[in-house]
Formats: sequence, structure tokens, C-alpha cells
Amino acid sequence: MTATVGVAVFPGTNCELDSIHAVESLGGNGKILWHSSKNLSEVDAVIIPGGFAHGDYLRPGAIARFSPLMSAITDFANNGGPVLGICNGFQVLTESGLLPGALQKNKGLKFLCKTVEVCVETQNSTLTRHATKGAKLSLPINHFEGNFTCDHDTLNSLLEQDRVVLRYCDNPNGSINDIAGVCNEARNVVGIMPHPERACDSLLGSEDGKVLIDSLLGLN
Amino acid sequence: MVDSLHRALGLTDEEASKIGEILQRVPNPLELAMYSVMWSEHCSYKSSRLHLSRLPTSAPWVLVGPGENAGVIDVGDGIAVAIRIESHNHPSAIEPYQGAATGVGGILRDIFTMGARPIALMDSLRFGSLDDARSCWIAEGVVSGISGYGNAVGVPTVGGEIDFDPTFQGNPLVNVLCLGTLPKDRLVLGQASGIGNLAVLLGAATGRDGIGGVSVLASAGFSDQGDVEKRPSVQVGDPFEEKRLIEACLEIFDSNLVVGIQDLGGAGLTCATSETASRGGVGMDVDISAVPQRELGMEAHEIMISESQERMLAIIEPINLDRLFEICNKWEVNASVIGRVTEGNKLRILDRFEGNVLAEIPASSLHDDAPIYDRPKKKPEPKKSVFHENTEVASDPMSDLLSLLSDPSWVYSQYDHQLFLNTVVGPGHEATVLKLRDPVSGFDTKKGLAITTDGNHRWCAENPRVGTKLIVAEGLMNLACVGAYPLALVNCLNFGNPENPEVMWQLSESIDGMAEACEGFGIPVVGGNVSLYNESSGANISPTPVVGIVGKIEELYRKPPGFELLEGNRLVLLGPSDVGLGGSLWSSLHGFDSGELIDVDFEIHKVLADLVRSLISDGTIDGIHDLSAGGLGVALAEMVAKSKFGITVARIPDTLSLFGEGPSRVLVSIHPENVNDLLSRAESVNIPTTRLGLVGGDRFIVKDLIDVPKETIDSAFVTHLPNALGAGTISS
Repeated sequence: MTATVGVAVFPGTNCELDSIHAVESLGGNGKILWHSSKNLSEVDAVIIPGGFAHGDYLRPGAIARFSPLMSAITDFANNGGPVLGICNGFQVLTESGLLPGALQKNKGLKFLCKTVEVCVETQNSTLTRHATKGAKLSLPINHFEGNFTCDHDTLNSLLEQDRVVLRYCDNPNGSINDIAGVCNEARNVVGIMPHPERACDSLLGSEDGKVLIDSLLGLN
Repeated sequence: MVDSLHRALGLTDEEASKIGEILQRVPNPLELAMYSVMWSEHCSYKSSRLHLSRLPTSAPWVLVGPGENAGVIDVGDGIAVAIRIESHNHPSAIEPYQGAATGVGGILRDIFTMGARPIALMDSLRFGSLDDARSCWIAEGVVSGISGYGNAVGVPTVGGEIDFDPTFQGNPLVNVLCLGTLPKDRLVLGQASGIGNLAVLLGAATGRDGIGGVSVLASAGFSDQGDVEKRPSVQVGDPFEEKRLIEACLEIFDSNLVVGIQDLGGAGLTCATSETASRGGVGMDVDISAVPQRELGMEAHEIMISESQERMLAIIEPINLDRLFEICNKWEVNASVIGRVTEGNKLRILDRFEGNVLAEIPASSLHDDAPIYDRPKKKPEPKKSVFHENTEVASDPMSDLLSLLSDPSWVYSQYDHQLFLNTVVGPGHEATVLKLRDPVSGFDTKKGLAITTDGNHRWCAENPRVGTKLIVAEGLMNLACVGAYPLALVNCLNFGNPENPEVMWQLSESIDGMAEACEGFGIPVVGGNVSLYNESSGANISPTPVVGIVGKIEELYRKPPGFELLEGNRLVLLGPSDVGLGGSLWSSLHGFDSGELIDVDFEIHKVLADLVRSLISDGTIDGIHDLSAGGLGVALAEMVAKSKFGITVARIPDTLSLFGEGPSRVLVSIHPENVNDLLSRAESVNIPTTRLGLVGGDRFIVKDLIDVPKETIDSAFVTHLPNALGAGTISS
């Protein structure tokens, strides 16, 4: 059966078509989810893609979390539905409380668009179950606020519960513990700063994102 | 009172009396304000129009040439490409972040006005030297502005160029190019038609920002004071508003709701209403009370000439109004009916529909009757510090080379250059290569678009005619280096004060050079922008025409070779060995500012470009670099800095051959087994070749001239901009 992945669109989101393209190139169905709708029927997984939801006004993700769609996605996630937040989507997930921590400005105080190496830290998440622990993936980053931070206790529980999903090999933004992505306790909600949808085509430089998107599609 | 008003608005006495003749009466202050912005240099091209007509503009694939919001060409597969380049020099000098940001916003609207989705931005940037603190502040602000606006609006910035030179101190050049794709049959034009149709203003509310931007700011030079008092003339941008405006407009086009549409840029509502009306041969009534205003108490003239950003004027049939409101509502975009298409040719500004007439002007007179000046020209006297081949210069080739290297990644790592999954070759290369996708379905045609921007003020200062030919030739070769052939050119002509006869001579010569080259290479000019009055403290900038060329790659199945050097590769120079130091980067380093340029031979250049394209398409070579500013030395060092290996080369006996510049020269890196094939193919088309040496080891060795570790080259390359402009990135 083909998995249908709902891709959330808020005003200002800009990676929705790229995410759908990546999903469909790997055999899934992509479906736009408009921010004012609560309808997640026929959706097997959700991607909250990159961009600038609501213009990043106030803080990235701070307004999107109040949308009708996010309340539906929260219910979906609490019922075990796979949810992936990429970049701005990660920021929306932390603002929504579906993931811990926060994403602050990069340590160099500059926007950064470049390809970095990340290491797969656990296979035990909805995003990495097809990946190999310890594998190095070449993935693009594209953010100003990608510097993951959290308090000491949260960090300890993330580490103890094996919830760091991806780590930077050479930390580009100052994130705590080199964290590039984390998951929730139930391991069905994952947020990452790198863009796997931009790494599914060798002509564009990397195919290392495929294994991640593939994990999301290979439901349950 | 009106007498002194016209001067304050930047109109000459002759222009004011011409307005009186057109109207057959004394214009009122609102009318004068409208003429003053539309007849400004920026909007009317009054000093350059006469000369621009010499450029070749037609080809069978050109769908829309100069004069519309953007040029449009047919690239096959039912897909058309819209392209335009524009300057935002003066706003960026005063308020770098907003000046550059709104430059991006403005050029985007020119593209989606045509019905195209903007898919790529390129920036051609020039600033004062890096040892000048204010120039560094401007450079950093401009790059941040492009990053802040371009990234948030969701259009990737895929390439460009950056240069630093004292000539741009106080007057930087910020030229922004945008390219969009559209289904060929969805082309929308900026014209009004159909009596009774409605003019609907979409987007942001109108405020007092950008009052007189085109006349006060863009059409006059700067004095010594940095002109901070002109800051209110700089507009303020909101990329989130623009993003929603783009999506709303594209959905409106898809639903076939508009008769015509026009963006609001320079001269704001005055320009948009009069242009749509005069292009359609109709009149228009505008109710200024219907224009959403950002603040209370705005005067009629402020509303009519405000350059507030993120606004569009759509002309629609009344029956489509509800559907248009529905789409605008979805995207949270304001829409207000502010005008009606009328019979006749009059643009009337009213305090409400059926109310008092505040201004009544023949719409076309704002454009067609604008003055055209044939300003006096004078060839400048030759400069003194001429470089002769036998001039003694205390220079060390190694330290010269190291100081000429600069990695632009400090700039482009701040730009999203990958969005839309098109970027096969991104910034930092000869030319950008994008996948050509169907604009509606996203289907990958397996073909490519290539884009390059090129300018060189050093060449054009020496000889604006030859320098401009060399720029066009370089653009063509840049495209060839990624396997593309050229389809169309857009230009941004950055010059000084046109009232100075020497500047007019430079402009005229440069246009002649561009015309010669475009005819010689068969490239039509489909659009352009002229930026004059680029002067600061009485000094005009060096003439700086910038060209953007778009080309096509027929089969894009693999990434074209870049600066890559593979171990064991041989390095071969293709093309003539004629080089000179006039106008070269090396001469500028040593303070020479004059000398002869080597002219381009169009036939040799075309033959070399054909050879290069064939080498790319059949995969004969592993790496390639067009020789340009900095000559062979800089090209070799850039390839080394971008690769894992060093090189050992010979047959470069002196400074002239290491740093000399000349057209039609390309450096290739090639597997030893393919060298004979390369040499015989070059020989068969009479392209000279020079075997320079080989790739390997960890040193950069130019026999008898330079011998340094590769790390020295790498370090000079990557640290140049971060050291001057702030690190930006960190490592853990």
C-alpha cells in the first residue's frame, strides 16, 4: 500500500513542494494540508516542512502552533502517528511542545545554507528505522535559528532515552551536544534541522536523504 | 509657488513648461508630482533611451522584449522564461539592509507580474575597498538584506558576483537579477482594457515610505555627508507580505481572472495606473480614498507617488471580483477596488468615485511625452599612470597571487540557494545550472537552464566599448563552461552623472560595445535597467555595465565539470596566448589604472565556446575554468583551492603571462588518456593549446615563479572575506 504523507502549509511555508516531490519520488503520495483545516483523514504520516510559517513573526513557529492544523497534528501525534518536522517544522514542533527544547539563532549570527555531515545516532525513531546507526549522511542545512538548546535535565533525559536522532559531525551553528535532530519519548515525532528532501537526487549533490524519507514512508 | 515647486521636485524649467503645453494649463501640485516621478531619469530613461535603441532585441524565441516588466523567451516544452535585472544602488548606500531587501522584492514583482513563478535570484554586488569601514558595513548590510528577504520570501539566490574597489566607496552597486518560469500560454501583460473593468490594488497598505524614491534618490548623486537625510526615501520591505502576494497572484493567474496586471515599484500608483492605461489605450479613474493607507492624513500626492512595497495592481472584469477576493482572503492579502477603466485616454485622480477631480492627465503623456535628451558626449583625456610592459614594478608573484584570491562562499552561504530542488550547479562557479521543470506539474524535462552575471569596471574604465564586449564574451564562455548555449541577455547599466559629457561618452560607447557583441554572438537583449548618477563626493564611479545571460542545456543528465582537479590530471590551456595587464586585477592591485585591453575576436570566441560545449557534453574533461579577472594565476589557484590536490605547471614565464587578461581562454583539467583527443580536436578548429602541467602533490608550483604549500593557497582563498567582514560561521 502506498503511504500518503500530509505536508503542512502555513502562509510563508516554502518547502512544501520539495517535500512532496521527495515523498513521491520514493513511491509515496504527497498531500497538502492547509493550516486552517483540521482534516487529517487518509493521512499516514505528516511532514511539517521548512520555510517561514507566518513570516517567523514573533519567533519561528510561535504563531503556527496556534493553527487549527497544529491541534489536529497534535492529536495525530498523540495517537502514535508519525510526524516529521524539518527546519521550520522542527521549530513549530518545539513551540507546540511536541518536542523539547528550542532553536535559537546560530552562534555565528548568520543564516547558513550549506551541506553538512550528520551522524545517525539511533535507529529507534520513525525517521531512522531504515538507516544504520553510526552512518554519516551528507545533508543540506538552511537556517538562521538552528542552534538547538535545552536545559540540563532535558538534555540528560534526551541522552538517557536515546532520543538524539542526528548529530552534526562538525557543528555549524553551536547547538548543544551537536544535536541536529531529536524525537519524542514515543519516538514517532521527530524534528531535524537538515533538509533530507534536498538530498534525494545525485544531480543535486546527495541522495543521503532518501533513507530518512524512506523510513517515514515505510510505516509501522 | 508652482514655479519653485517643480524645481524642488527635480523637474527643469523646460520640463515644467512642456507639462503646461501638454495640459494646456498650469499643472496643479499633484499633477506636477506625478510628472516629476514619471519623468525622472529612473522611470523615463531620458538620457539613455536614445542610445538603448541601438541594441539588438529580436530573435525567433523572444516572446517579450524590452519595455515590459520583464523579458520573456520561449525555452521549449511549452515553457517560457521571464528574466530581468535591476539596480538598487542608492537605497543600498543609505540603508544597506532595506535597500538590498527591497531591491529583491521589486525584481520579484517584475517577474511574477508576467505570470511567472520566480525560481531564481542572482546578485551582482560591488562595494568600496575592504579596508574602508563604511564599505564593509554596507557590504555586510546588503548581504544580510538579500539573505533576510530572499530566504524568507522563498526564492533561492543561486549565484552572482561580488567585487570591491575604491571607485564604489560611497556608491555601492547592488544589481539583482530574477528569473521565473511560466507555461508559455499563461503570459500576462501589464495592460488595462475593457471599459468598466476594475483596477484592484493587492497587497500592503500605502504609507509614506519611499516618497520620491525614483526622483530624489535614484536620479541624483550623493554629496559628502552620506545623505542620511535621504533615508525616508528608502522603502521598507516585508518578505512575508510578498510571499503571500506571490502565491495569491499565481493562483489568480491560474484561475484566469486578470485582464492585465502591473507591479507597483518606482513611482508607485502613478506608474502602475498610467502604464496599464496607456498600454491598453484607455483611460482610468482612480479613487484615492479607496487606497488602504498605513497612516492618517496622507496627502493625495503622497498616496500617488509612495513606493510602499509589496503591492500589485490587477485589472479584472467585474464578474471576477468575488473570486479574486476569495483567493486574496485565503492568502490573507488585502484587495481593494481603487480604479475603473474608462473611455478616452485620461488618467483622473479623484477624492472618491464620482467625486472631485484632483488631477487629470493624458495617461500616455507620463511615458511617451517624457523628454529624451541627446546629452553631450566627450571622450576623456588619456590618464597618466599608463602601464608599459617595461615598467619596473616591485612585486612578488606569490604575494600578489595570495592577495588576489577571494572565496565568495562567505556571501552565498547566507543565501538559500537550493530551494525548489533545481540547483545542479550553485553559486561560486562559472555559471549557475538549474533543472528546467514544468512550471505547473514540476515535471523534470532533463534539460537545464544556465544563468550568469558578469561585469568588470576595470575593463570598462580602460575602454567602455571593448570592455563591454569582453563582458558579454565572458558571459557566453561562462555558459559554455557548463555546457549551455546563450538565449537572451539582460543588462544593468551602472554609470555616473549623465550631465557629465565624459560619462555620457562612456554610456554610449558601452552600449555600442554591447550591441556589437550581441550581434556578433547572436544574443538578443530582452530587458535592462539604467542606473545613472552613481557618484559620490563629486566622483563618478567607473563605468560598470553588468550583463545577465540565460542559456539552455539540451541534455542535463550529469553535473557539468566544475573547478575539480583529479590526481594525475593534465592541465591544458585552450585559446590564444595574447594577454595584457591593462584593466587587469593585477594592475589595480599595483595602482595602475590604464593600459590597452585585448579585443575579442567573435569568430574565435564562438569556435572555442562550441569546442568547450562539446567537451562538456561528451565528458572528455574533468574540470574547467574560464580565464577572467586575475588571469591564469587566479584560475589555477581557485581550482587548487576547490580541490584536494596541488599542481605543478610550467610555460608561465612572467607576471604578464601569470596575471595578464585576455578573451577566449579556458583552462581545462583532463585525464592523461584524453589529452591527445583534446589536442587534435582543438587543432582541427584552429584553437591554440598550451600544455601547462599536472595535478598532484600538496604544493602549488609555477616553475620559476611560485612554490607554496597548497594550504597557503587554500587559506588565502577562504579567509579573505571572513577576515574583512566578520567570521559568520563557527567551527566547534
